[in-house]
Amino acid sequence: MSASTSSPAASTAGRTLPLTEGSRLQRVVRGALTPGGAVFILVAVLFVAVVWVNPSFGEPPQLIRFIGRTAPIAIAAMGQYYVIVSGEFDLSMGAVIATQVVVAGNYIGDDESRVLPAIALMLLIGVVVGLVNGLGTTILRVPSFIVTLGTMLALGGLVKYLTGGAATGNPVDTFREIGRGGVQDVPVLDVLPYSVIILVAVAVASVWLMRAPFGRTLIATGDNPDAAGLAGAKVWWVKTRAFILSALSATVAGILLVGYAGVHPSVGAGYEFQAITAVVLGGVVLGGGRGWVLSAAAGAFALELLFSFLNFLEIESTWRNTVQGVIIILAVAASARAWSLGRRPTSRSTPAAPAPSPTTARPGTETGEN
Amino acid sequence: MSATTDRTPDPASTPDAASSVENRESVRRRRAARPRGARQLDSTALIYLVLVGVIVVSAVLTAMEGRNFFSQGNIWAVLTAMSVLGLIAVGQTLVILVGSLDLSVPYVVSLSTVIAAGGMKGLDSNLSAALVNTLVVCAVVGFVMGVLVSVFDVHGFIASLGVGLIVSGYLATNYQGSHGDASPALELLGRSGIAAVIPTSFIILLVAALLVTLMLRYTRLGHHVYAIGGNRDVARLSGVRTALPVIAVHVLCSLLAGLAGLLLLSRTGVGLPTIGSQGRYDLLSIAAVVLGGTLLSGGKGSVVGTLGGVAIFAVLDNVMGVMQVNPFLKDFVRGLVIVLAVAVYARRSVVRRPPRFAGTRPSLPTPGSITGSTTKEETA
Repeated sequence: MSASTSSPAASTAGRTLPLTEGSRLQRVVRGALTPGGAVFILVAVLFVAVVWVNPSFGEPPQLIRFIGRTAPIAIAAMGQYYVIVSGEFDLSMGAVIATQVVVAGNYIGDDESRVLPAIALMLLIGVVVGLVNGLGTTILRVPSFIVTLGTMLALGGLVKYLTGGAATGNPVDTFREIGRGGVQDVPVLDVLPYSVIILVAVAVASVWLMRAPFGRTLIATGDNPDAAGLAGAKVWWVKTRAFILSALSATVAGILLVGYAGVHPSVGAGYEFQAITAVVLGGVVLGGGRGWVLSAAAGAFALELLFSFLNFLEIESTWRNTVQGVIIILAVAASARAWSLGRRPTSRSTPAAPAPSPTTARPGTETGEN
Repeated sequence: MSATTDRTPDPASTPDAASSVENRESVRRRRAARPRGARQLDSTALIYLVLVGVIVVSAVLTAMEGRNFFSQGNIWAVLTAMSVLGLIAVGQTLVILVGSLDLSVPYVVSLSTVIAAGGMKGLDSNLSAALVNTLVVCAVVGFVMGVLVSVFDVHGFIASLGVGLIVSGYLATNYQGSHGDASPALELLGRSGIAAVIPTSFIILLVAALLVTLMLRYTRLGHHVYAIGGNRDVARLSGVRTALPVIAVHVLCSLLAGLAGLLLLSRTGVGLPTIGSQGRYDLLSIAAVVLGGTLLSGGKGSVVGTLGGVAIFAVLDNVMGVMQVNPFLKDFVRGLVIVLAVAVYARRSVVRRPPRFAGTRPSLPTPGSITGSTTKEETA
């Protein structure tokens, strides 16, 4: 949980950082109380609830398949995390997924030798889309909401136009194995889906990336782009890379989804809002600068567990949206209060929020002093 | 911004001994501080310049198809197409000006058609009751969003997305397919107009836009909207009660979306639970607002510009319809136009921003701004 703290020391001069004091256990407990940590508790609670309703869900083979099914949305959520933590939005994710799925279907076809070139091509497309989004946002200074909305409409329209809106092409089975297959005869789990392996790899890479200078700069940029720029960060390049990472995550999610869902231009529809919901559920603050990357993935799991729970309760699937809506509002309303606990004095200065220590530096009146 | 800066010239203008020069100066400053200063005017003019360009190109393209863009029927079609998206975009402008967002509009539109059609049951005698019912429900939806945004500090993006999802779940569960029947009087309204050129729905849009513009320029609420959108903390520290305008604006936006739903109902005759999401009014209305020169982070913009943005979309759609462009390709063109137009516009507003604070130090961005979107327009 402490991975994402890059709070500038200057703003908290005169008091110790609450996140670094206390024993390891105290810190874990305190971390679990932040929105980014609370999502893990939420996942645990939901998991228990699902198992309670349907005991077979807890068996390892079932569970690992569930994780495999959730992998695409979790990967997409981690991609969206980079963009959101840098203070932007990426609405083009669903369209990118659709594009990649259709590219895979039409380019590979029955030709097995084309699998690797196809993956390279898809990654290239991802990089290009990310570059367009990123440069449009940073160099052209168009709000990211609008740029990515534009790429979403343009890409989605193009893909639907080229395919006529219907399912076309069918990639060779070896390619689809990435999404639906797995390592057979694993001791406890029975089968270890490739998607789980990819998910773990992406998660490890993400954690490493967020601890690397890039991640630190990214969070600083999201918190205050001007301060980051004045401190020497290349804000435009950092943000552009975030968009590239997001598009690449969408590409990986697309590759996995080919295996599950097949080739249809509507695959990935609504993924952008699902991913944003997952990220927000993970306690990442819209507007940037707060949140942990694994919390975003955990948010995706919480969402999927919730849907499974509703499924097992045999609630009509049409209520899914309503539940999703209630959940994200509650999560964000709760975290809007909770984030003001540990970090800097909030500029919104919610007087209702209890102060962590009843001492100095709290009034939140920097703006009013001069 | 405006409401707070409005105060500063007051001491200069009130003393009896103030010379006429000072007076003129204070008037000038007060005007500059208003939402629509001289600078704002020519940025709005720019949008209408683009609109004229789009119309000229469209007229040429339409002529190449052997048809007349300025024929009665075609103008009627364009204005009708404008009215629904226009009403929604006017509401969206208000919400964006205050620094929030409303992604729930498509579901509110659908909800409004379904409730109104269900209430009318095809009878004129039910008309007024159904209209009141519908608008009250829409207002309640907006009120909930406003409270979430202002009191519970939920980002507008999430609050409206969540409320929209809740409404969509309700719609999907309780209504399958078309529902109810519009009253004949309402359907007649949908077909009526002036001289077969200007449909009544467009007049409704103009009246709504005029009222909102007057509200923004001449009422306390309007000035507070700009102040809160510019910087919520500064507005609050200046003594503005920030909750009320935010709630009011969300209620107005949902009401206008409900009105747009009623207009749709007057044309379709039945309530359709998916008509809003099919129209993708959420994203298109936001795009139209930004195209119209309103800052996505709030505090700057006008309804007049938004109408220009909506008109650009309507004309584009119309000409693509005439040329029988593949509907999927339409999206491609739309996306391209949005990015290109806003790219041109966004760069201009960067250059334009500092003069608003004439003579004083360059404006600093708001570090604690609640809006999730970019604050980079202000950094310049």
